[in-house]
Amino acid sequence: MSDAVAILGTSQTEFRHHYEEPQPELVRRAASMALADAQLELADVDAVVYSMAPDAMIGVMHPERWVADAAGAIEGRPILRVNTGGATGLSSAQLAYHHVASGLFRTVLVVGAERVGESGDAQMILNRIWDPFYERPFPLNTVTMLAMQAVRFADRYGTTDEDLARVSVKNHRHGARNCHAHIRREVTVDEVLESETIAYPLRFLDLCPQSSGAAAMVLANADVARTADRAPAWINGVGVGTETYWIGDRMGPRAAADHAESPALASAVESACARSGIGAHDLELAELYAPFSSTELHAIPDAGLCESGDVAARLADGEFDIEGRLPVNPSGGVMCSNPIAVTAMVRAIECALQVTGTAGGHQVHSPPTHALATGIGGDHEFFAAMAIGAEPRSRTEVRA
Amino acid sequence: MSTTAPETGIIEERWDITYRHSTGSVASAFYAGLHEGRIHGVRCPECERVLVPPRSFCDRDYATTEGWLPVGPDGVLETFTVVYRKFRSLPDPPYAIAYVRLAGADTAILSYLRDDRLGDVDWVREGLAVGTPLRAVFAPAGERAGRMTDFWFELAGP
Repeated sequence: MSDAVAILGTSQTEFRHHYEEPQPELVRRAASMALADAQLELADVDAVVYSMAPDAMIGVMHPERWVADAAGAIEGRPILRVNTGGATGLSSAQLAYHHVASGLFRTVLVVGAERVGESGDAQMILNRIWDPFYERPFPLNTVTMLAMQAVRFADRYGTTDEDLARVSVKNHRHGARNCHAHIRREVTVDEVLESETIAYPLRFLDLCPQSSGAAAMVLANADVARTADRAPAWINGVGVGTETYWIGDRMGPRAAADHAESPALASAVESACARSGIGAHDLELAELYAPFSSTELHAIPDAGLCESGDVAARLADGEFDIEGRLPVNPSGGVMCSNPIAVTAMVRAIECALQVTGTAGGHQVHSPPTHALATGIGGDHEFFAAMAIGAEPRSRTEVRA
Repeated sequence: MSTTAPETGIIEERWDITYRHSTGSVASAFYAGLHEGRIHGVRCPECERVLVPPRSFCDRDYATTEGWLPVGPDGVLETFTVVYRKFRSLPDPPYAIAYVRLAGADTAILSYLRDDRLGDVDWVREGLAVGTPLRAVFAPAGERAGRMTDFWFELAGP
């Protein structure tokens, strides 16, 4: 038998700076849309996973209390909330996958909403993810932390500001085709290079926007999937990885993993692929969590899609363009929409849309058989990977 | 009832939360050293790495660490960034933060990197790189508070 889990329905709202609808209304809208897409009723759902990143972003502590009913946790339906920072959305989908693959639940709804635009203090809030003793006294935040990764990657592999700009150009070109994307305009290499330096070496157009919006998925076992009147996408394997909390331990001759890149992302992807009975070379499309152009430079090789030393040349050759050999972030990716709580879930949703040929304006020409979604949370503490396919497969099935 | 209609649609709110964080024995001892103008690390008995900043256990071996070993003040720049955009509630730009591996340490520690030329991004591009020699510089004794900000980094050369 297979432990593959079907993605019966998905939803995304349009992502933008601000929503007037409060959190519960956004959550309920995404949940209802995903159920409608799955052609199911809430009564068909056995459990709910609520995908929510740091509480302070929306200004409500323990928001799963407030939002549980909107997420569908009524009539005794169980709910768990997941927070792994930037990986939250994919970790939530992984928990739902575990719920179904374990046999304990048949159908699970995963839903979340984010409103980064609600506080103008996002980077101050993100500074508070560091300890108050050694690191928080300094203005660490997600921008400075990733800028310091970019410096090490460029030092190690000789990548240039132009290489970063080409990532931005690619993703903006893709995002312009995606009706859900927050940023929908193309940019040129010169525009990126002429944009304001925010945190050296990163410029304004190397960075993601602060987005609000919601997303949801309905996962189900093969028995439920058989009742659907169209072919679902399948989660064929998941993987996780983690690295040390201490950024300063990721540098120097005795570092186990260098801050330039993420070996734990590589092992998460290897696990997800191995559980699907495939290798990274079988992947035909990837939606990689990469909020900044610099993140994508290491995420592509970490996902096993090429060598680190080759990534810049392959990007310049168009290999990862939507029309290329191996499209990376055909949706425009995180650089065009970053609703933190659901950003990594959208990576899985986009893979499901692509393998079923239903991505719309940014559908790749030939729907892939195997696609990869990834998430990165904290600073290298939470890596998540999910192999999504057009057909159910698993290592167990492959052995049989 | 007020004669002017209240503004609807937005509720403004500000959080003001007070904490008294207990720093524990390891960070407390480290801070005491900073107050004296010295930086110390701890050693993992299993992997023998000297860990700076110090912590009670090594997360590679799950082993209790042993103290204390003086490190620095010379070091090597491992990574850095220079911020040019103002983030609300964070310092006014330009400023640089840097991870520096101090002499005798196997890990790098974060602090500000001070230089008058940080505002010039062309200088930053030429003047700072992974491997650049830096040194830890302490505030005068009377101005030290036994906190991380008692020292910063400066270029070791001219």
